[in-house]
Amino acid sequence: MTTPELARPRGNRRIFGWLHRHPRVKLGALLVVPAGWFGVIYFGSLALLFAYAFWSLDPQTGEVVKQFTLANFQRILEKPVYGTIVIRTVAVAAIVTVVDALIAFPIAYYMARVASPRRRALLFMSILLPLWASYLVKTYAWRILLAPNGPFDWGFKLFGFDGFSDIFGISDLSMTVVFIYIWLPYMILPIYAGLERIPNSYLEASADLGAKGGPTFRRVVLPLAMPALVAGSIFTFSLTLGDYIIPALVSNTQFIGNVVFASQGVAGDIPFAAAYSLVPVGIMAIYLLVARHFGAFDEL
Amino acid sequence: MSQRKGLISAAIVAILAAACSSTSASPAASNGPASQAPASQAVASEPPASAPASETPVATIGPGEGELNLVAWAGYVEDGSNVKEYDWVHPFIAANPDCSKVTVKTADTSDDMYTLMAQGHGTYDGVSASGDASNRLIDRAEVAPIDPAVIPDFKDLTPFLQSPANNTVNGFHYGVSHGWGGNTLMYRTDKFPTPPTSWDAVFDPAKMSAYKGKVTAYNGTIYIADAALYLKTHKPELGITDPYELTQEQFDAAIALLKEQRPFVGKYWISYADEDANFESGASTIGTTWQYQTNALKGENPPIPVEAIVPTEGMTGWSDTWMLSRYAKHPNCMLKWMAWMVTPETQAQVAENFGEAPANPKACAILNTSTKPYAIPNFCDAYHVTDEAFYNAIAFWKTPVRDCGDARGNTCVPYDQWLAAYTDVKG
Amino acid sequence: MSRILLRVATGLTLGFLYLPLFVIGLYAFNNSRAQSWPIQEYSLKWFGEAAASTSVRDAFVLSVTVGLEATLLALLLGSLVSLAVHRFRFFGRGALSLALVLPIALPGIITGMALNASFHNFGVPFGTLTIIVGHATFCVVVVYNNVIARLRRSSKSIEEASMDLGADTWQTFRHVTFPVLRTAIVAAALLAFALSFDEIIVTTFTAGTQETIPIWILNHLRLPNQRPIVNVVALGLILLSVIPVYFAQRLSSDTSGAAAINR
Repeated sequence: MTTPELARPRGNRRIFGWLHRHPRVKLGALLVVPAGWFGVIYFGSLALLFAYAFWSLDPQTGEVVKQFTLANFQRILEKPVYGTIVIRTVAVAAIVTVVDALIAFPIAYYMARVASPRRRALLFMSILLPLWASYLVKTYAWRILLAPNGPFDWGFKLFGFDGFSDIFGISDLSMTVVFIYIWLPYMILPIYAGLERIPNSYLEASADLGAKGGPTFRRVVLPLAMPALVAGSIFTFSLTLGDYIIPALVSNTQFIGNVVFASQGVAGDIPFAAAYSLVPVGIMAIYLLVARHFGAFDEL
Repeated sequence: MSQRKGLISAAIVAILAAACSSTSASPAASNGPASQAPASQAVASEPPASAPASETPVATIGPGEGELNLVAWAGYVEDGSNVKEYDWVHPFIAANPDCSKVTVKTADTSDDMYTLMAQGHGTYDGVSASGDASNRLIDRAEVAPIDPAVIPDFKDLTPFLQSPANNTVNGFHYGVSHGWGGNTLMYRTDKFPTPPTSWDAVFDPAKMSAYKGKVTAYNGTIYIADAALYLKTHKPELGITDPYELTQEQFDAAIALLKEQRPFVGKYWISYADEDANFESGASTIGTTWQYQTNALKGENPPIPVEAIVPTEGMTGWSDTWMLSRYAKHPNCMLKWMAWMVTPETQAQVAENFGEAPANPKACAILNTSTKPYAIPNFCDAYHVTDEAFYNAIAFWKTPVRDCGDARGNTCVPYDQWLAAYTDVKG
Repeated sequence: MSRILLRVATGLTLGFLYLPLFVIGLYAFNNSRAQSWPIQEYSLKWFGEAAASTSVRDAFVLSVTVGLEATLLALLLGSLVSLAVHRFRFFGRGALSLALVLPIALPGIITGMALNASFHNFGVPFGTLTIIVGHATFCVVVVYNNVIARLRRSSKSIEEASMDLGADTWQTFRHVTFPVLRTAIVAAALLAFALSFDEIIVTTFTAGTQETIPIWILNHLRLPNQRPIVNVVALGLILLSVIPVYFAQRLSSDTSGAAAINR
């Protein structure tokens, strides 16, 4: 016999039934809060910042003149120092990404395919743990490590090598080392996840077909791991591109972020800061589109 | 199972409620009782276009609003957590229980402070502004004028600090002077057995080649004025009179000097600890500094061998004012704080801890007999507290504007161009 | 041979990762305020000072509060979006994943300046709420990625079966969908909390005088005398974080186990 519930839906079920028959409304209900949040708060703010890039600062009053102008972009293109800073920032970001990938791959491979489950768990934890240590404190620790008369310098001096602090110390090299260090876990984890997902059967099939370790690695593992590599590179590249704290602490050099930070802080020149920050935005937009093509978004 | 979920949802609601209540406390206070009205007559929520010619200075202090949010140099709002003998926050709260919560946002440069105040209407009640921020804040109507009668110790302030140009405009007092100091030249005595006496130790490439990479300089756009000050003495043909008001030719010369200096600078220091760490390790051995760093280095265990001098060319400096924000949500507490900061006891502590000349000479009696960690004998003589000639010889930070203020008219380089040039120098 | 090389590489990498942490731990016991090398004297006094410091406690409480609230918000928003993207085809669906990753992909200073400018323009005072808004915004993508990865791995037929058997949408969600998502949600929550806890750049632009732990550290690293206490606090955080790291690892091993099954 039919139960009364099934015969005539009541209460919640009526609503759910109606929603089921009107999937668009259901979709809307799901999306309204996040879309509202992202649309209004985040994209609204970004749009406002984007608008600032086309405004200018009246030096006399300190007010933002809300009239369209390309003066900020002119200034970026005219003065060579801004281009130099962009090239420097992108170059370091690229170096950091490549080196991190090279360092991350072996340990990720070991974790994913060689280590025993218990060891894998321990390794996973040991890679996660440094992420929880404060970014600032880790940077300061590197300052101590690389400083003149610091542990490394002292150690090298014991062996008669005096030049460590001239090479490292406060320098672009030190800064690059710190960047490589800080973002390394962000590269290891996606590669590990990607490598782990490769089914054993693929590797066995490759071996069955006559490929030994090297070709299997080049032709099977690497292409399958590529999306994960690219996903990890999004982090290392983007985080280096936009950083201003590590350059300020460990080196004497300016990154895009330092100029942006100084502009909005020193001169209250948010229009110029916004305009200059469109450069890394543009760079990242291209990078992300390329990354999506590689399928990296599934590996984040 | 459902009981646990119920607990979880209750916890979530509680947390959200707690966060909401802590952030809504401030707006509620500003809509509070009429007793706050007297202090709020100069406190607005709509910005006036510029400092109005006729304003009503704040003339009374009502009851405190319960909290105080400040923007200040690090070291100006001490509660004993840095060096336990230097604490003027807890005594302030003890004396003013209706201002029981004091929070501070510290900043590294005047520019940061200006931006914080300009962007954070309603977030901060007041600021300790140096001259290169104070006039901008006044011009842009960010701060409110006060009636000096509201500050009991105002009449005791050193005469030349009662109405200085950096905080008194058109007869209106936009705050109370608090202390001043200079940007001295610090060097490691073990690396410079013959002490330097001139700024050429950091500006002359011939001299600097012996210690290339060990020179340090302030990471602030205002440092261009230090170069200009040097050129005032060493290139008199440029005719520099005011290192902050430079014609294009003078400005370009200063920038050229800084570009010459650049290869020798190992680090432009961004904070006290940055410079300290560099002098400790020997990464920096000579450069411009504030007394705070010198005190800290000498106070270490074992002390770092440094000395700081005023070179023959003179020095740039800063003269600080506590100012009340026009958008302050707790103006009464801010005024109480301002009054507190110029009492002799507090002035003595601040002066010693930071290493600056106090604005209230009555602090000297306390300073000269102090036994606190940073005490020095004859403090007030050493810091020239009442020496007007010495004060006038310092080129205090101020905001460069187009109007040179003299016969040159409106031909000087304004501050917004200083930043672009400084960015170029650092490369 | 290659195994040995891999082992060596792993060991070296781990050493590299832990070197600064070791330095932090070492200097937490340094008797002197100076951060010079070698350490002359060791002492426990900074631990006492850190324990007595009210500002540390306040910063910790604020960081935890902000982290929890931002995570909850991110969970809500991220889950809603993942369900929508997984179940429906709609205009702009492909662009959505790109849009969500922007808060993390774009430099923090841009997100920070943008939010700062908005809050300023609309007269919103900077405080705990504005910090939470900033954090939730970049945590959403973390939740979204975890949840949608799990949704994609689970089969739709279970939900359809549940509905066939008479459960309504809410019951299906409660008894069928949610348990499948549970570990992904917890893993995402842990990651989001970690992101929020250590975030500095966006926070400096959206905070007033509030101090989260990273801001506290930034402020105290400015002052020469405070560096030893900062080392103690950092060491404490590292040790404390073993707990969530352990849980994060347990959950992701569940995840990978589930993934292996579904292959």
